[in-house]
Amino acid sequence: MLKQTALIDEHRKLGGRLIDFGGWELPVQYTGVMDEHLACRSAAGLFDVSHMGEFVVEGEDAENYLYHLVSNDVKKIEIGQAQYSALCLPTGGIVDDLIVYRRAKDRFFIVVNASNTDKDFAWFQRIHRDGGYRCHLVNESEKWSQIAIQGRLAETILQTLTPANLSGVKTFRFVEDTVLGTPAIIARTGYTGEDGFEVYIPWAAAPKVWTALLEKGAPHGLKPCGLGARDTLRLEVKYPLYGNELSDETNPLEAGIGFATKLEKSDFVGRAAILAAREKGLTRKLVGIELKAPGIPRHGYKVFDAEGRREIGVLTSGTQSPSLKKAIGIAYIATPESTVGSRVLVEIRSNKIPAEVVSTPFYKRPY
Amino acid sequence: MRFPENLKYTKDHEWAKAEGAQVTVGITDHAQSALGDIVFVELPKVGRVLKAGETFGVVESIKAVSDLYAPISGKVTAVNEGVVAEPSTLNRDPHSSAWLVKIEITEPTALDALMDSKKYSAFVETLK
Repeated sequence: MLKQTALIDEHRKLGGRLIDFGGWELPVQYTGVMDEHLACRSAAGLFDVSHMGEFVVEGEDAENYLYHLVSNDVKKIEIGQAQYSALCLPTGGIVDDLIVYRRAKDRFFIVVNASNTDKDFAWFQRIHRDGGYRCHLVNESEKWSQIAIQGRLAETILQTLTPANLSGVKTFRFVEDTVLGTPAIIARTGYTGEDGFEVYIPWAAAPKVWTALLEKGAPHGLKPCGLGARDTLRLEVKYPLYGNELSDETNPLEAGIGFATKLEKSDFVGRAAILAAREKGLTRKLVGIELKAPGIPRHGYKVFDAEGRREIGVLTSGTQSPSLKKAIGIAYIATPESTVGSRVLVEIRSNKIPAEVVSTPFYKRPY
Repeated sequence: MRFPENLKYTKDHEWAKAEGAQVTVGITDHAQSALGDIVFVELPKVGRVLKAGETFGVVESIKAVSDLYAPISGKVTAVNEGVVAEPSTLNRDPHSSAWLVKIEITEPTALDALMDSKKYSAFVETLK
């Protein structure tokens, strides 16, 4: 039996094409990936991301515990601020990537990937138990719905439903206020490369907030967006996706999330192994590639050197970019060939297609 | 969903239409709809000899890669370069202007083994 979000009826009403996404019944698209993608880029997109997991960490040791648990420096997070981080194994492999929101001095709200929720919570508990921290953990995933409104008109549309002053909320900051009278965490974060918000509300409040946002947004060009557009939008800005770019066999440095990996911290789970990998020299790097001949790179395709003799990497994601009208991909490539401008070949159905390592993000928002 | 009565259909969601020994082949309305926005098409060279059921090309949408299977055996006599240049025509007009290949049929009766429009629409219904 698939799990459903509080918005399942709304998705059906909108004609969403429902699929099994890691055990959740969610729409891959409503009108079409291209149409939804471009609506989000030009106006706004509305996403049901209620399947994401939410944990609460609260208590006097909450900060110290999270400082030890995740790769980024939670001591630098102010109340009302959010921070991206990796959750690692002692091997340096990645358990998940997540966002930590500081709601009070001793109270944090953590958002993790849906399909990793149970695994992550078990790891949170394990490290908590081993360290004897005075704080408690709660998996509140079933209590929260999450609706993301993304795009240059996101603020204008969301502002009609909340008394919070959204223009005062900076990137990676949040406010606790109300949306349509319902208590909400309104964060200026997202997974599309656009400006926008992620709104956390009590589970059952989702339908009325979703419907109101659709109604207020439609005249502005807002469209509901499915998982398909969510994936192409994040790919164009090279945001990693767990299971594609990130796994327990990739370390945060090669995955390009070194900015969220503070090796200068005295300690965190995985630090020693990541340091050792850095000392040894990274053998591969996650880069963006662009095809130079017809074809579309896809997850799992092999990458060869320019002569086609040596296998030097593998695609983790790829698509025809709806915004750029180019075939783009993300790949792990051996360090010597990973520099921008490097010529490589992508094996597509036994043909080797020329490609080039390019600078990322592929797409940069023009405002 | 459209299921034109003048076409024959396969379980792999190709259609075929005979004009003498020439059989025009494409993908069905159901196929284009299931794939979503089609962004890439790869077709065989003219002259290639195909066996029924053999892979003769690829259609890719933003999300998915889908092989094309020959509905009947024969020699490829024409390919639709217009669809290769503009794959989205497959979403708009799969049964007509976005045909994919023309095949000179080896065994004229082979088409009889394919589904008619009524059978195919019932088959698509079972997939829902």
